[in-house]
Amino acid sequence: MANEVVLLDFWPSMFGIRVRIALAEKGVKYEYKEEDLKNKSPLLLQMNPVHKKIPVLIHNGRPFCESPIIVQYIDEVWKDKAPLLPSDPYQRAQARFWVDFIDKKMYDSLRKTWTTKGEEQEAAKKEFFEVLKTLEGQLGDKPFFGGDNFGYVDLSLIPFYCWFYTYETCGKFNVEAECPKFIAWVKRCLQRETVAKALPDGKKVFEFVSAMRTNLGLE
Amino acid sequence: MSKGEVVLLDCWASPFCLRAKIALAEKGVEYEARAENLFGGKSDLLLKSNPIYKKVPVLLHDGKPMCESTIIVNYIDETWPSPPLLPSCAYERAKARFWADFIDKKVFDAVCNIWKSKGEVPETAKNEFIEILKQLEGALGEKDFFGGDSLGFVDVIAIPLTCWFYAVEKFGGFKVENECPKFSAWMNKCMQRDTVARILPDPEKVYEFVITLRNMFGIE
Repeated sequence: MANEVVLLDFWPSMFGIRVRIALAEKGVKYEYKEEDLKNKSPLLLQMNPVHKKIPVLIHNGRPFCESPIIVQYIDEVWKDKAPLLPSDPYQRAQARFWVDFIDKKMYDSLRKTWTTKGEEQEAAKKEFFEVLKTLEGQLGDKPFFGGDNFGYVDLSLIPFYCWFYTYETCGKFNVEAECPKFIAWVKRCLQRETVAKALPDGKKVFEFVSAMRTNLGLE
Repeated sequence: MSKGEVVLLDCWASPFCLRAKIALAEKGVEYEARAENLFGGKSDLLLKSNPIYKKVPVLLHDGKPMCESTIIVNYIDETWPSPPLLPSCAYERAKARFWADFIDKKVFDAVCNIWKSKGEVPETAKNEFIEILKQLEGALGEKDFFGGDSLGFVDVIAIPLTCWFYAVEKFGGFKVENECPKFSAWMNKCMQRDTVARILPDPEKVYEFVITLRNMFGIE
């Protein structure tokens, strides 16, 4: 049976990177289609008419939207390799909670560290460090959020790392100095081939963001 | 049917708590609902069980806490599999999760934009609310329920929010039945279900509660 997998994506999107890591963990071959977000393709608009956003996974012609939902689908369909979510329902609820926390807190506070200036930026930095410290607390002494193995929460969080060089440069702070445990976890994740290959270079992301900041009149 | 002790930290008017109650009732699970005083002083158990958000609902199963209503309903469905709320097909399951996520992102904020308005409710707030319901009508299609022939995951996520709609209609000066008749028909079908009918509070009571909130926030 044909197993056609297409991913509509945008190279620096941390949400798209989640899906790329999940597919790589499962060893799934797919076609990657880069979207120009200022000129969205008819396919994207057709496959995600509600939100018109990437990533969109198209599996045998059927669309899947919203990265946590896509990753859970991938985990359910290609279940014989590299389980991402825990098998115990309580642990699964915990994993979903932390991915939901990341989605509620990381993106907005981080975005403000490079889209604002002055007092607003200082407040965003403070919030961001609080989020990281909460996550460090949750990690505890475990090598990964999933325990001994890289899992759903790790996969959902690590893509933000390729934006850290940008945040640190625009916001004038250093994550490793404030949250060394977090960076130690990052380094463990980066030892994984699937992660190392999926994350774009932090400096490339910075160049892309610099251009956007110029357009926003921030530099 | 019971697999251990189930406690729900609750607030009667919270649509998010109602989701958990309907799910537990659908599964025939006995539980203890403990009312939290959200304005007077949250219990130590709530603050300990949900240190991140300090919000209800919290489900405690044999003392283990779970937070965020959609995650709680998912857990209830997995732990007490019969009758199933999520579909068995992975594609249909992803679609159900998508619409639950859409409801979570859009509906309650739109409801609050209306009742939190000082004076006349802006047309934009009303239109946005109606537009969201129309999108949900599209997802419903010709089915009786989002779950198909019977109440499913999306129905459980959506129906509790509707007990706030009477308040929205009063402040907004419109009726959901006129603007979105298909959605209104779905609401009525859900209300014919015993679990939903006995668990959802009287919308008049919710309206009075909203007036109290408006007074508290200095809106009127």
